[in-house]
Amino acid sequence: MLATAIILFREVLEAALIIAIVLGASRGIAHRGRWVSGGVGIGLLGAAGVAYLASTASSLLSGDGQALLNAGILLTAVGMLTWHNVWMATHARELRAELNAVGAEVESGSKPLTALLLVTAMAVMREGSEAVLFLWAIAAGGAESSGMGMGALVGIAAGVLAGVLLYRGLLRIPVRHFFSVTSWLILFLAAGLSAQAAGFLNQAGWLPALGHGIWNTNHLLDQNSLSGQLLHVLVGYTARPSGIQIVFYLATLLVILALMYRPRRRSM
Amino acid sequence: MANWGLYMRMIIIYDSPILTQSRIKAKEIMLLAYHKQNVLALCIGLCLSAVAFAEGAPVITIHNAQFEPRELVIAPGVRTPIVIRNQDAIPAEFESYDLSREVVVPAHGEVSVFVGPVEAGRYEFFNDFNHDMKGAIVVKPATGGH
Repeated sequence: MLATAIILFREVLEAALIIAIVLGASRGIAHRGRWVSGGVGIGLLGAAGVAYLASTASSLLSGDGQALLNAGILLTAVGMLTWHNVWMATHARELRAELNAVGAEVESGSKPLTALLLVTAMAVMREGSEAVLFLWAIAAGGAESSGMGMGALVGIAAGVLAGVLLYRGLLRIPVRHFFSVTSWLILFLAAGLSAQAAGFLNQAGWLPALGHGIWNTNHLLDQNSLSGQLLHVLVGYTARPSGIQIVFYLATLLVILALMYRPRRRSM
Repeated sequence: MANWGLYMRMIIIYDSPILTQSRIKAKEIMLLAYHKQNVLALCIGLCLSAVAFAEGAPVITIHNAQFEPRELVIAPGVRTPIVIRNQDAIPAEFESYDLSREVVVPAHGEVSVFVGPVEAGRYEFFNDFNHDMKGAIVVKPATGGH
């Protein structure tokens, strides 16, 4: 039961943390709850579909197809996070002003809401498909499955709780600094997801690895430990990154930063 | 120097209309033979590589919630396909942080995933659906030769 709980906790944790950050970052935007819930719904449907295809031997999603799908999902999320941050760079001031006025929400058009929906859907789809596969296996298991079912529930609840805690924690940040904190969180989140995508593109044979295990920091922080996992989700911590992952990580950081701080007029 | 005359005569004979027909024939026969040889060589090559892939690609089997072998030795600097075969009734996720590999292996199914080219060293993998299942890919030059 404990093993099951831990596995589901890990799967749910990643999606929950991403949703928490995105929810925080879209604070003050009207109707965001509806869009995020929609994203979760779409993500769950997608997860069931992916899980079904991945569990079928000799389907498109066996082997390299899976890697390419994962890369596509991750890069979509990176694109949406980038969009969100760039949009934020021009709208943070008005959001901040509105937040200071009691309880007001900004009607900001649908643009960042689409990004919100897609990021949520992608996060849920990617982690959810693995969770669904695992749960199906348990359900098919029979006799010992009731204890495992309990474990699964505990794991999911713990993952969601971690997300809620992060969200609550974010809300305690003073409004003055709030959006710069969430923008930085999203920046590193996107870079980490981009590095993961690079790993998948290499796995599918689309990109060279440019060397595996360029450095090894497992003795400093084991990637398999809880804090290693947390940092992996939040900032893309990888103990033994490949060359292409480092390239993608840095390139994503630079591109998003350049887009956020590019000279601009107040428009959109 | 003295041979120039001989060369000239040979060229003339070679280019003479009388010999042209037979020369073309000979060329055709030679080309055909050359081509056939190539086709044959290609066939043999393909058959050999297919056999090599089927029989030579290392297999990691998942059985009774264990990886078998626990340690797989492969050569450095080569792109090596590895077949992961799941004989259990539960899907597994073959994952390696060290090699950035992550692939779901269906219950009673198998997938092929390539590893490398990679330097000598030890690269760990595990089953993301069951972290008690661990193994490593050990990359080192084959023993015997240098």
